[in-house]
Amino acid sequence: MLISPKDAVYEVQELATMAARAFLGAFRRPLYLRDTLVQMDHIGVGSLTIIMLTGFFTGAVLTLQSSAQLRAFGAVGLTGALVAISLVRELGPVLGGLMIAGRVGSGMASELGSMKVTEQINAMRALGTDPIKKLVVPRVFATITMLPLLTIVADVVGVVGGLAVAVFVLQINASLYLNSAWDALDYSDLLGGLLKPVVFGATVAIVSCYCGMRTHGGTQGVGRSTTQAVVISSVLILVFNLFLTHLILTYAT
Amino acid sequence: MKAREPRIDTEGPRESGTILELAGVSRFFGDLCVLDRVSLRLARGETKIILGGSGSGKSTLLKILMGLEAPDEGSVYIEGEEITGLSEREMGRIRPKIGMVFQESGLFDSLSVYENVAYRLHELSVPESEIEGRVLKALGFVGLETVVDKFPAEISGGMKRRVALARALISEPDIMLYDEPTAGLDPVTSRRINELIIRLRDTQHVSGIFVTHRLRDAFTLTTEYAEWRNGELRFVQEDGTFCISNTRFVMLHEGKIIFEGPDESLRSSQDPYIRKFLT
Repeated sequence: MLISPKDAVYEVQELATMAARAFLGAFRRPLYLRDTLVQMDHIGVGSLTIIMLTGFFTGAVLTLQSSAQLRAFGAVGLTGALVAISLVRELGPVLGGLMIAGRVGSGMASELGSMKVTEQINAMRALGTDPIKKLVVPRVFATITMLPLLTIVADVVGVVGGLAVAVFVLQINASLYLNSAWDALDYSDLLGGLLKPVVFGATVAIVSCYCGMRTHGGTQGVGRSTTQAVVISSVLILVFNLFLTHLILTYAT
Repeated sequence: MKAREPRIDTEGPRESGTILELAGVSRFFGDLCVLDRVSLRLARGETKIILGGSGSGKSTLLKILMGLEAPDEGSVYIEGEEITGLSEREMGRIRPKIGMVFQESGLFDSLSVYENVAYRLHELSVPESEIEGRVLKALGFVGLETVVDKFPAEISGGMKRRVALARALISEPDIMLYDEPTAGLDPVTSRRINELIIRLRDTQHVSGIFVTHRLRDAFTLTTEYAEWRNGELRFVQEDGTFCISNTRFVMLHEGKIIFEGPDESLRSSQDPYIRKFLT
C-alpha cells in the first residue's frame, strides 16, 4: 500500500525523534543494565549459530565460484585473498546485518508490537517508566555492540569455510590460501568491516523498535509491523552499504 | 419519602479541593472529533462514573488524564499542576499519584504476578525485603495472595483485572482510573471487582474515575457503600435514609458531556439519548 509524501515525511520525523530519544536516553539514569545484558545475550549468543552457518557457507561458495574464475587466469593462488576481502569488506557485514534483521529485527518488532496492542506499553508509561529507555535503548545498544562481534565471527568462519573447500575440494594448499588471505587485508578493510555493522545494527534496532512501537490493529497489525521491520531494515542495510562503501573507498584507502 | 442525607460528605471542589481537572479538552483523530471541549472536575475522595457507548471517547479521556495522549486543545490539571505538554520524563513525577486499570488489564506477560505487582517498586530500587511485604499486602487486598508465582497467561480474566488493580495500588495513588475493569467478565467476578472499587472509595477515600458502558456495574457503585462493622467489612445497599453523594455520573455522547449529576437525576433525565441508554 502506498503512503502519501506527507505521511512518509511524518514517519521519518517520528523515527528520527525516537532515535534521538534513544541515544540521549542512553546517557541518563536509570540505565537498565540488566535489560541490556539480557538483550546482548539474546542478540549476540542467540544469533551465533545462524551467523556461523551463514559465514561458513558463504565463504565455501565464494571459494568455489572465485577459484573457477581465477583458474582461467592461472591465479588460483589468489582465491584466499578474494574470499577474505569479499567477506571482510562486504559479505560479512551485509549478510550478517540481513540475518540479524531477519532474526532479531522481526523479534523486536513482534515483541514490542504485541506489548503495544495489549496496552503493556501504556501500562508501563502509567507506572512511570519511559518505554524508550526501558525497551528501545537496551535493544539498540545491544544490537550496535553485538553485530560487529558477530560480523567478526562470520568473517573468520567464512574464511575457514573457504579454506575447507579450498583444501578438500579444490586441493589448494592451506598455507597458500591463508597467506593470500592475510596479505590481502589491511587496516582500512578492518575499519570498514567494523564500521558497517555498527551502522547496520543501529538501523535494524531503531527501525524494528519503531515499527513495533507504532503497531496498531491487533494481531494482524503485529504481523504487518514485523514484515515492515524486516523489509525496511533490509533495504536500508543495502542502501547504507552503498554509501558507506563509497565513503570508505574514498577516505580510508 | 424521607429526605435522603449524604452518607459521605463531599461537597466537591470548594470544600475538599479539586484533585483532577479537565478544562476545555478536545481530541481529534484526523477529521474525527473524539472529545469536544470537555471540562470535568474531580474532587478529592469523589468518584465519577463516565458512561457512554462505544466510540464516545471514554478511553481517550482516561488516556489524556493519565498523560498517555496529549489533547489537541485544552488543559489537564493534576492537584493544580498543569500536565499538558509535560515531557515523558516530567510525567514520571506525576504518574505515581495516579493508578490505572486497563480494559485488557495490561499485565506484562513475561513477568509473574509478583513481578507485575512489584514492577514499580523494582523501578524505584526499593529494597526487596520491603517490596515483598508491600506486594503481598496489595495482593491480599484483592484476594490473590496464592497466585504470586503464576504468569498472567495462567490466571483467569477476572484475576488479571484484580492483579492489575493491585499493581496500580502499590504506589498508594490518590486517584484511580478504571477503564472498563469489568468488561467481558461474568456477573460474580464483576461484582467482586466492583466491591474492591467501593472499598477503595469508602475505606481509603481514593478518588476515582470509572469508565464503563455497563449500567449494572455503574449503579452498584452509586447504590452501595462499604463500612467496617465489628471488625468486618460489609457492603450495604443505600436506602431511603441517605444517598451516596461522593459518586456521580457523567454521560459522554459523541465526544461531549451531555449529563453530569447523581444517579437520581440520571434516572429521571428526559434526554432522548440517556433514556435510550438506560433502557
